[in-house]
Amino acid sequence: MSSHALSLPRLKIPRFRQPLPGFGLSLGLGLAWLSVVVLLPLAALAIRAAGLGLDGWLRAIQDPRVQASLKLSFGAAFVAAVAASFAGALVAWVIVRYRFPGRRLLDALVDLPFALPTAVAGISLTAIYSANGWVGRWLEPLGVKIAYTPIGIVIALVFIGLPFAVRTVQPVLEALGHEQEEAAASLGASRVTTLRRVVLPELLPALLTGFSLAFARALGEYGSVIFIAGNLPYKTEIAPLLITIRLEEYDYPGAVAIAALLLAASFVCLLAINAIPSLFAHEKRSRRRE
Amino acid sequence: MTRTPRSTLLRSLALGFALALAGGTAAAKDVELLNVSYDPTREFYAEVNQSFAAQWKQQTGETLKIRASHGGSGKQARSVIDGLEADVVTLALAADIDAIATNGKLLPANWQTRLPHNSAPYTSTIVFLVRKGNPKQIRDWSDLVKPGVAVITPNPKTSGGARWNYLAAWAWASQEYRDGGKVVDFLTRLFKNVPVLDTGARGATTTFVERGIGDVLLAWENEALLTLSEADTRDKFEVVIPSLSIKAEPPVAWVDKNIDRHGTRKQAEAYLRYLYTPEGQRLAAKHGYRPAEPDKVPAAELARFPQVKQVTIDGAFGGWKKAQAEHFADGGFFDKIYQPK
Repeated sequence: MSSHALSLPRLKIPRFRQPLPGFGLSLGLGLAWLSVVVLLPLAALAIRAAGLGLDGWLRAIQDPRVQASLKLSFGAAFVAAVAASFAGALVAWVIVRYRFPGRRLLDALVDLPFALPTAVAGISLTAIYSANGWVGRWLEPLGVKIAYTPIGIVIALVFIGLPFAVRTVQPVLEALGHEQEEAAASLGASRVTTLRRVVLPELLPALLTGFSLAFARALGEYGSVIFIAGNLPYKTEIAPLLITIRLEEYDYPGAVAIAALLLAASFVCLLAINAIPSLFAHEKRSRRRE
Repeated sequence: MTRTPRSTLLRSLALGFALALAGGTAAAKDVELLNVSYDPTREFYAEVNQSFAAQWKQQTGETLKIRASHGGSGKQARSVIDGLEADVVTLALAADIDAIATNGKLLPANWQTRLPHNSAPYTSTIVFLVRKGNPKQIRDWSDLVKPGVAVITPNPKTSGGARWNYLAAWAWASQEYRDGGKVVDFLTRLFKNVPVLDTGARGATTTFVERGIGDVLLAWENEALLTLSEADTRDKFEVVIPSLSIKAEPPVAWVDKNIDRHGTRKQAEAYLRYLYTPEGQRLAAKHGYRPAEPDKVPAAELARFPQVKQVTIDGAFGGWKKAQAEHFADGGFFDKIYQPK
């Protein structure tokens, strides 16, 4: 190692070259790509929603059935994102801090919900939790119904939200190291105190990011949910399904109204995610100044 | 070293591309038809396409490639409106082709008068599929509203097939009660007994057959016959014919705007007329559809279709346009049936 360091001054250090050519070209291509794939469809949606007018939009949103589905979608997405954050943090902790056989496998498994077609997830979950399924058959006699109830919806949403939570917390945990925890322990802090005062504050931004991503994803999720939801109007009908129903009725404005609301909510989530790091950076700075 | 493989690769790519182009022009004499159909016709049209293409080759010497697209009927109609270039559509209900006519302006509004039998070369009807031995003793529509009976049907808002189910129930109830309020009440109680509203007919069949949920599945006769013809499900279910049902007419139409652009009018029209020939009718019967012209089919092939008292959509509901607006449009009867209590 040291001999390398000594020979360094003799090397000609090449001028640093960006691996991608030209800022202008890279930016242009990047923006063009983003426009075609993301901005164009969004603009189309926005234009159609604008054609509705605020009046038409409010009327479409205030329909009691739409309201019921929105409540369900937001509620279930929230509960699922909370659950996914807890479970995700735990899974990330286990993967990062413990060494055990099958750890690599577990690590790979986490991404499965990303790769799996959501309909497959929905059908599998329904097969497991319906009255004659592996799990459902034991719960049904106890009076616990999962498939075709909001609980089933939440389970599907936790499933698809989990990787977000794991993958945002994992790198932070890896970077964190043991030292602070060891220091806290040596100062006599209990496990709970260490967790609450030392680990959690460091993880909080990542947890919140994971939560927001899982929430935004759950809000728009369709494929895995419709199979397990039961789809009963006013009871287990999610907002994305109602969008499809409006489309089946050739009611494009009605569909767009709901879609615009979900999109706006997801967008707020993503904005919040981007704001989180700077928010915490500020807090840290002020804490240091104290 | 690095140059050679790359240029070879490029050259072979260019060669391949040129070949593909040449092949493309050579194959341009072949004519392609796209049949946009709904879900359970997959096997049926696979056979029709093969048999018609063979006949067409014999008659005209032209090689005809018929591609088929399957999916939920309403979704398929919307794809055609949004630009899927179907030469012909063969959907679950006239309302979906009406939508293509009004929303997409791709064919004239009177399309349904262009072919015999309301443009429906084959029909089906709504029957009950129950579990073997019929443990809940389900004989007719009135049994479906009994407490403790779970009925499986897809959502009429998302499924064409489910609209036939709903209208069949409505037709029976209007004959039974002859009072609008009581009819709505019957359907409300019926849908209270529905524990799951799947988005499509295949999903509902899965819920009933695979998940074991529900006591009775409202099904198209051809779907029920299909379930009974499969070895692993044959012994678990039986079909119950209600006292009154509806004549489900899945219509077919050529899509004028598209076939004029493709230059496939001749082929598209011949293809749909083929469905009315003895061979087309026989294939329909083979796949569980009731042939519109049963006299063209050997009597033995018709034995599996029992006599059913049927109403028609035109007779009982004044046509699809009216039925669609009254029952399934936003704020229609179906929405009233599903009001929160």
